[in-house]
Amino acid sequence: MNPDLVKMIFGRLNLEALPLHEPILVGTFAVVATGGLALFAIVTYFRLWSYLWREWFTTVDHKRIGIMYMILGIVMLLRGFADALMMRLQQAIAFNGSDGYLPAHHYDQIFTAHGVIMIFFVAMPLVTGLMNYVVPLQIGARDVSFPFLNNFSFWMTVGGAVLVMMSLFVGEFARTGWLAYPPLSNIGYSPDVGVDYYIWGLQVAGVGTTLSGINLICTIVKLRAPGMTMMKMPVFTWTSLCTNVLIVASFPVLTAVLALLSLDRYVGTNFFTNDFGGNPMMYVNLIWIWGHPEVYILVLPAFGIFSEVTATFSGKRLFGYTSMVYATVVITILSYLVWLHHFFTMGSGASVNSFFGITTMIISIPTGAKMFNWLFTMYRGRIRFELPMMWTVAFMLTFVIGGMTGVLLAVPPADFVLHNSLFLIAHFHNVIIGGVLFGLFAGINYWFPKAFGFRLDPFWGKLSFWFWVVGFYFAFMPLYVLGLMGVTRRLRVFDDPSLQIWFIIAGFGAFLILLGIGAMLVQFAVSILRREQLKDTTGDPWNARTLEWATSSPPPDYNFAFTPVVYDNDAWWDMKRRGYRRPLTGFKPIHMPSNTGTGIILAGLATAMGFGLIWYIWWLAAVSFVALLAVAIGHTFNYHRDFHIPADEVVRTEDARTRVLAAGAQT
Amino acid sequence: MKLLALLPFAALLGGCDFVVLAPAGDIAAQQRDLVVISTVLMLIIVLPVMALTVFFAWRYRQSNTQAPYEPEWDHSTQLELVIWSAPLLIIICLGALTWMGTHLLDPYRSLGRIAADKPIESKDAPLNVEVVALDWKWLFIYPDYGVAAVNELAAPVDRPIRFRITASSVMNSFYIPALAGQIYAMPGMETKLHAVSNKEGTYRGFSANYSGAGFSGMHFEFKSLSNADFDKWIGTAKASANMLGRTDYLQLERPSQNDPVRLYRSVDRDLYKAILNMCVEPGKMCMSEMMAIDAKGGLGREGLNNTLPLTYDKYARRGAPLGTEPTFVAGICSMDEIKDAPSREITAPLDLTPLRGFGLKRPPFSPASSTSLLLGQRPKSES
Repeated sequence: MNPDLVKMIFGRLNLEALPLHEPILVGTFAVVATGGLALFAIVTYFRLWSYLWREWFTTVDHKRIGIMYMILGIVMLLRGFADALMMRLQQAIAFNGSDGYLPAHHYDQIFTAHGVIMIFFVAMPLVTGLMNYVVPLQIGARDVSFPFLNNFSFWMTVGGAVLVMMSLFVGEFARTGWLAYPPLSNIGYSPDVGVDYYIWGLQVAGVGTTLSGINLICTIVKLRAPGMTMMKMPVFTWTSLCTNVLIVASFPVLTAVLALLSLDRYVGTNFFTNDFGGNPMMYVNLIWIWGHPEVYILVLPAFGIFSEVTATFSGKRLFGYTSMVYATVVITILSYLVWLHHFFTMGSGASVNSFFGITTMIISIPTGAKMFNWLFTMYRGRIRFELPMMWTVAFMLTFVIGGMTGVLLAVPPADFVLHNSLFLIAHFHNVIIGGVLFGLFAGINYWFPKAFGFRLDPFWGKLSFWFWVVGFYFAFMPLYVLGLMGVTRRLRVFDDPSLQIWFIIAGFGAFLILLGIGAMLVQFAVSILRREQLKDTTGDPWNARTLEWATSSPPPDYNFAFTPVVYDNDAWWDMKRRGYRRPLTGFKPIHMPSNTGTGIILAGLATAMGFGLIWYIWWLAAVSFVALLAVAIGHTFNYHRDFHIPADEVVRTEDARTRVLAAGAQT
Repeated sequence: MKLLALLPFAALLGGCDFVVLAPAGDIAAQQRDLVVISTVLMLIIVLPVMALTVFFAWRYRQSNTQAPYEPEWDHSTQLELVIWSAPLLIIICLGALTWMGTHLLDPYRSLGRIAADKPIESKDAPLNVEVVALDWKWLFIYPDYGVAAVNELAAPVDRPIRFRITASSVMNSFYIPALAGQIYAMPGMETKLHAVSNKEGTYRGFSANYSGAGFSGMHFEFKSLSNADFDKWIGTAKASANMLGRTDYLQLERPSQNDPVRLYRSVDRDLYKAILNMCVEPGKMCMSEMMAIDAKGGLGREGLNNTLPLTYDKYARRGAPLGTEPTFVAGICSMDEIKDAPSREITAPLDLTPLRGFGLKRPPFSPASSTSLLLGQRPKSES
């Protein structure tokens, strides 16, 4: 066939893009393909496709979308963690002249993918998923402000994840580190598809993240139940609000900087090149103007979860609600004034460096205040050490270490000797695992019974907890030590044999974490099997304090038959104390949004467009783009956007709950 | 019992070389001091918090019905004052320390002392070293001696060293933990580092910023020698057969991994300046020249004609798929003219504000009385 024609149809995609010469990847592909086929077969055998499409893929229900976000995050966690294990293994054996088992070409992709996946496709979906699920329930709303947008946002996030996963088997991923600093990421030094996968994966997912941020801000600002003033909002809602403000303000910067980088790579502009007036330092500044708020985007909701959990399991009002709120807001604002601490070593003047160092330290003041607030919430409480509370205490003990090393790194002269070292790696894993991930696990264990009507199995949960916590210390304390020995990050081989023992200990820690993840998956499976024993009929298994526990578990589609009225910031606690009775009559039809497949179609087209741009298949990119516009415009002509749940169906649902509650009260 | 279990770890720690905590150079030692002081300052608050967490978790456990239980207690102004002011006080101390330390240990600032007990003297003229990060090796040029070395750096003990650092293609970070903190090496730009080594020995230096496939092998030995040994080292370099001209450099800068040590007996006098201005290739316009032309208003539209197609740039540069073929700007001046203007690359924009931190007496520290502490432009000239 005419090579020009082939090039026009397939761009730079050809058979060599399939990594058939890499046995590790072929093996992985075999496993993934077998698993995928099995899943496909099961779904087809049980004729679940139409159910999945009708009830899940096209859903606009914030609860189902939230659950799908969580599933996405957990699936991607397995991929990101597999990368981590491979790195740990490589670094543990690449000593004494051994080259390890990974060539640079593969190893460099792995550490890049690990960072990108863990931040964008594990932490972000898990955080967004929890906010999606919990926030509307906590503020007594029916759904989010823009239910269709919510579905679209979710599928865009999936689209980004699909592109990143695709790079594993078609072509390759970036070999640049997770922030893809130019000039290395520019076309001159990374001419392959890797960086393009990176750019379009993040751009597609970024649209979803930004829109979901806008959606949740609107929801929190406009849809709160009557009586819930800003200063009566639950702390998790407050932290979600701040997080989404951060998302809306910072993600456009990421979009812009990646757009500039793609202009450099696609049309030969010189924003970040070395010559022709380009300057890579601008990229580094811009990406961290997004990147630092991103850290707080992840950790603020975790702080919110800890606040809810501590108050609930101490059986006590949260200590210092007002100062907690102000601390959150101060962190939100300050998080924009610290980005330069990620590159003190770039040679800014001493005054600039000390300004950013000191602003960074100032953030530790509100964070410290939060820590004390949780501490004094426990003080004179009756602490029940259920799983969420165990994660919280583990967080409090772990996070202060990470916070301390963080402030240490904020001292520029100290950063000069520790920057880019394994000490830095240990620090940010200490805050992201010890802060964000522990928070998410607390949240998952806390809200799971709300979402599914039964608790998670405590035995496997505790097993997972101990493996994770002990594994974390084994995996990352050695990295602090190595950092003080002057060992830098992203190395593939080592020639100082005395370092090996520390990498072996760290590898052992990673293995323990693997057991922790395994135990967590078993915990889910066992809980589903034992769901009758673990069942919760009350809707309030923890004797909790906020509104989401006022409705049934799982909540009905419409969340609340009547919008609750709020008098206190622990609204549900207050209702229970005042002897609240569920209304049993007077139900009205409920206005609800309709499901739509437009979100998944739009996201599919966006993903196809990304794929076309990555492989220079211009016709595919153009066709998908035009189709994207057409479908989006077409959707505006869809007038079947809502329906009413009839009053007698509401009556039936609520009566069923009344019977369940009565049966529960008798036993 | 628990302490006994920790013993093997203590032994493990004892056997390690904590170069960051026990460096050989005065600058790194002062940076180490800051690490230690700030850690101790923070432990003042971190340790009580950890202890209280454990204590409260244990004391107020559900099964301990002896402990008081106050479910409605959620506010105490005195406590709030303490929990906000205690971290604030620590941060005020740490902030002052940071401001001072950052200025005194600014890598651009020339040294004020050789070691804690050894003031600097006029005879201690600094040793100039020009550092170039290449793919994936380090080039060190000694302009005072006219020699150069790849992947080996030598310096006499107790003599200030003035590094000028750049890179050929991508970003790296120049770091010798035993000597001083790191600083980025960036193409087309120059960073500086002042340091001194106080102890003879051989130490590790490497790139601390990932730069591509050969990154792991991008390390070198830093030899801190006595004066006599250093002279001997220079002698060895002088006796080697290699010379480093522009064409040799263009060969050297091509990507290679795990390069052996190589010494050069002579170096093109302007090589470093040409590297910094990205004009080692014959016929390519230097950035300094380009900026000078632009400062006078540029060449206008005619300037567009002054480009030539680029055939090789570092790796294997390919043009962007939708853009024009890559080009470069042709030089206008002849080689001789560049040589006649050796100070070109340090003609920085005129700056009237003083360099804060420079020339300050230590330890009392008083910042310069400038209103534009943050906005003041940093002088690019020698400091």
